Amino acid sequence: MISKTQLKTILNRQKWNDRIFRVVAAIGVLIALITLGALLIDALIDGVPRLGWKFLTSFPSRKPAEAGIFSALVGSVYLIILTALIGVPIGVGAAIYLEEYTNQSSRISRIIEVNVANLAGVPSIIYGLLGLGLFVRAMGLDRSLLAGALTLALLVLPIIIISAREAIRSVPSTIREAAYALGASRWQTISDHVLPMAFPGILTGVILAVSRAIGETAPLITIGALTYIAFLPTDVGDPFTALPIQIFNWVSRPQKGFHINAAAGIVVLLAVTLLLNALAIFLRNRYQKQYS
Amino acid sequence: MNTKQKKRSRIIERIIERSLLACGLLSILTTIGIISVLLFETIAFFEEVSVFDFLTDTVWAPLSVNKRFGVLPLLSGTVLTSLIAMFMAVPLGILTAIFLSEYAPDGLRRVLKPILEILAGVPTIVYGYFALLFVTPLLQRLIPSIEGFNALSPGIVMGIMILPLVSSLSEDAMFAVPRSLRDAAYALGSSRLQVAWRVVVPAAFSGITASFVIAVSRAIGETMLVSIAAGQKANLTFNPLVAIETMTTYIVQVSLGDTPTGTLEYRTIFAVGMVLFLLTFVLNIFGDQMRQRFRERYE
Repeated sequence: MISKTQLKTILNRQKWNDRIFRVVAAIGVLIALITLGALLIDALIDGVPRLGWKFLTSFPSRKPAEAGIFSALVGSVYLIILTALIGVPIGVGAAIYLEEYTNQSSRISRIIEVNVANLAGVPSIIYGLLGLGLFVRAMGLDRSLLAGALTLALLVLPIIIISAREAIRSVPSTIREAAYALGASRWQTISDHVLPMAFPGILTGVILAVSRAIGETAPLITIGALTYIAFLPTDVGDPFTALPIQIFNWVSRPQKGFHINAAAGIVVLLAVTLLLNALAIFLRNRYQKQYS
Repeated sequence: MNTKQKKRSRIIERIIERSLLACGLLSILTTIGIISVLLFETIAFFEEVSVFDFLTDTVWAPLSVNKRFGVLPLLSGTVLTSLIAMFMAVPLGILTAIFLSEYAPDGLRRVLKPILEILAGVPTIVYGYFALLFVTPLLQRLIPSIEGFNALSPGIVMGIMILPLVSSLSEDAMFAVPRSLRDAAYALGSSRLQVAWRVVVPAAFSGITASFVIAVSRAIGETMLVSIAAGQKANLTFNPLVAIETMTTYIVQVSLGDTPTGTLEYRTIFAVGMVLFLLTFVLNIFGDQMRQRFRERYE
């Protein structure tokens, strides 16, 4: 048996340990947040003064003060639209098949599921090698907008499939049963009832996928996207550049002027991706509340 | 509805089902595509370079006159930056996860979690800029002998980058630990600290380990951060203060030049990519299995 005073000292010590740890843990969280805050502020301080209409609408140049991100910005917009056009129907289609047409424990469904989980973990540069070997060389698409979009579409496919499946799964089965009871066919049930209800969830996944695709640099460099382009692509077969590639090009140069340009490009890139991510998280939280 | 219409709608249903199946199979084709592209060029590579040299030679100089193809210097560069990143991300990630799951009041948790999630979406090129132009100059003031390109700076920044991954996966695992285990420990007079370290962390152990494994895999595959800030000098060293080259950086370095198809130089990036793919693949499978384990036990 321990005495009352001993017990008191033990409890007291525990209380202090607990307080100290709480402070240590809070400092840990703070370090993370401060570093991330420093990152954002650093880019903002360097980049914001450089931003302006002229920066957004000028082509790249050898003189840092005259260079802009026009071709990169337009290239990124085209690339993302094409990527979404290719990736979204395929991803949502795969999700519908897995959720509505197969038994969860069937062999094909399990194989696809494991496969999608693995694909989600493959480094993005490996997708670049796939794009280089398959689209650029074997299919002869060269370093075109289409080759870039196909590569990025495969890259974001797992994100779209996983989130669309979750959204479809969260539609109550009573909805389906009601539709079947009224004589609707399987596809009628899906297209008229399940998909509209799952729409916000699917949209969240698509936004996350798009925001990922906008920031991807490595796969585009691997397929050979050019870093200096002073014209706008007019066709899916044209060569292109994209915002992160332009930033990479400027960061890699020794002159301070280009570093400032890179920072300004980063501010634009961050604004777009963070807004998209925040929108996706907002949509998801709102939609979760609605059904549960 | 007459029979003709019925028959037509049945055919349409069939076509729709088939096309949806095709969408699902496309994801499998992607995997097959990755493996075959890598295999095709890697096999061609090993027809000219012996596997033994590739795995044991200590010099990587595929672009010089005296060509050498030892992958070890690239591997050491990758391992070094990933190790530094894990030194940052593991302690900070666990602290953040414990703080969020056991200490933070509900309101703070609701604010912090989305912030961490949003920051996980920052493009890696931004972290590269930060490492080269903010962290490296800072380190140069502290350690004058450090080179302009080094493994330390991108390693540290990479640690911050993968921290949200570690903390959110670990927190999920801790969250899945049943309330009753905590209540039992509290009833026995444990402090919050004791509950966290002696009950919650051990109970969530496989989930926490899974978060480390998945984070390592992410660090190994990270490209832009190291391409910008770690240098392009294949260097068999574990000195974090000098320039190195990772496997991913090498692929970028060759891709930036105009490499003709079919040359040995073109094939090296696929051979290096194969090593990278296999490494991350094994880690991902291992991590997923660890994660499944904690789910099975508590759900």
